[in-house]
Amino acid sequence: MMITFQDFYLLAPELVLTLAGFAVLMLGLIFPRMYRETLLAIVLIALAGALLFAIQHWSNQPATAFYGMINVDKFSAGFQVLFIIAAALTVMLSLNALEATYLSYSEYFALILFAAVGMMLMASSAHLLTLFLGLETLSVSLYILAGFRREEAKALEASFKYFLLGAFASGFLLYGIALLYGSVGSAGIPAIAARLTQNAGLAAQPLFVTGLVLMVVGFGFKIALAPFHMWAPDVYQGAPTPISAFMATGSKAAGFAALMRVLLAANVMTAALWQQIFWVIAVATMAIGNIIALRQDNIKRLLAYSSIAHAGYILVGAIANNETGYAGVLFYLLSYTFMNVGAFGVVAYLAKAEQEYVNIAEYRGLAYRRPFAAVTMAIFMFSLAGVPPTAGFLAKFYVFSGAVQAGYLWLVILSVINSMISLYYYLGLVVVMFMQEPEGEKAPFTPLPAVGIALIIAAFGTLNLGLFPGQWMDKFQALARSLM
Amino acid sequence: MPLVYYLLLSAILFGIGVAGVLLRRNAIVIFMSVELMLNAVNLTFVAFAAHLKNLEGQIFVFFVMVVAAAEVAVGLALIVAIFRVKATVFIDEINLMKW
Repeated sequence: MMITFQDFYLLAPELVLTLAGFAVLMLGLIFPRMYRETLLAIVLIALAGALLFAIQHWSNQPATAFYGMINVDKFSAGFQVLFIIAAALTVMLSLNALEATYLSYSEYFALILFAAVGMMLMASSAHLLTLFLGLETLSVSLYILAGFRREEAKALEASFKYFLLGAFASGFLLYGIALLYGSVGSAGIPAIAARLTQNAGLAAQPLFVTGLVLMVVGFGFKIALAPFHMWAPDVYQGAPTPISAFMATGSKAAGFAALMRVLLAANVMTAALWQQIFWVIAVATMAIGNIIALRQDNIKRLLAYSSIAHAGYILVGAIANNETGYAGVLFYLLSYTFMNVGAFGVVAYLAKAEQEYVNIAEYRGLAYRRPFAAVTMAIFMFSLAGVPPTAGFLAKFYVFSGAVQAGYLWLVILSVINSMISLYYYLGLVVVMFMQEPEGEKAPFTPLPAVGIALIIAAFGTLNLGLFPGQWMDKFQALARSLM
Repeated sequence: MPLVYYLLLSAILFGIGVAGVLLRRNAIVIFMSVELMLNAVNLTFVAFAAHLKNLEGQIFVFFVMVVAAAEVAVGLALIVAIFRVKATVFIDEINLMKW
């Protein structure tokens, strides 16, 4: 066996972004006064190149590369497209947030690209080693990005909390991997599945179960499932707004991708005990997220708790463990990327260099002062609340109908009650923006066009997924079938 | 020596690391506890690899060490940056954001 050109072709999306990341770093070093628009253009071109390769991989036959370390199939290609969209929207939104510190733009963009590479590796991992490396590439880049404004105490605190809890969670994940490796005799994900079909008793072995539990704890931290969600609000509040958006969407989707790969290989969702564990986690995550979000007055914290609640809804689709459920999870993650990047994006759009619009009181009468921002924010809020005809409604519909088909009636009832609770705070913001009188006029300020374009793309994605879900759902069902 | 001794030792080390992260208040000590957790895992990997006569576990250890080194670089830089702004490394005093 040799490493051939084919291996590099299969890894092409990751390679393109890695090389682009290094190129951007070097450019920043050689031309420190380079226009940030030029850097943005280079990053977007690289992302477009990676997107082309990912789309090619979608229609190719599934294959493995680098001695079975990387798995390139519809699942990985689909998630890669999602990560590229999230990264592209994030870099476009970033032009505003870092006005004051524009000299370090090249590092900032390079770290976003490296984080995207980490996410892609997680989605395409065929071995727990690749999964771990992808996760760490992602996490280390995000630790730095979260504290990028390093004179600001809040940003540093966010970064530090994220770092400590992230490293702590990696410890658990790694211990889980070690125990799983010991009980199976290999850390390859297909090897785990193969051993389980040979020897069904393995699934009940204490070593195997402990390993899996520890891995779930590790992933639970990364995707902010209750009771491991405590870091999320602080980190999302302190980090630069576009980075919060990237963490809430891309990083969460990557965590779900890796979790699904492991859970499907270990085939645990058919076991009654695991179903009950995830049932409780899903309900707790939704309830904690939604109830605490009710009394937030900082919009970034509100969106953080909302993002915890959404992780709970997404988990419902994974618990269903059927084709509709998994297709729903993918539909949900894509819709969530558009609507949540959009919601954080409006916050970034309104932010001036040193001063952010983060208090909900500051949004009073926004519709009269900044109609574009208010209308797009309203679209994202309706979508997050799950009001038709937006993407959020259909995402919830698919996930819940998968769970009903699998017979989880109570889980769905509790989820629907939860999404009704969430209407209160999402629509509350719309009421504040449209029905209250503006107060305390702030100096007018024109954001850069890239930020507005990113918002338009996110709003278009949200409405497109909501109005024409059929074409997307066909693709996601094909993907879900390839998983099962 | 049987495998179980090594596994017990690494479980105890991992437990000490977890307790250190949860109980200590100094960021540097918490950070060292995390490193202890990772090294406990390394011991588990090596013990299993020797027991299974399989190289995967040994190779895993190298990657864990590389990742731990990268995390140290970022973590210590963060601690220095925090110390410059707040003049403390005690996590009780790093609490601008709550609920």
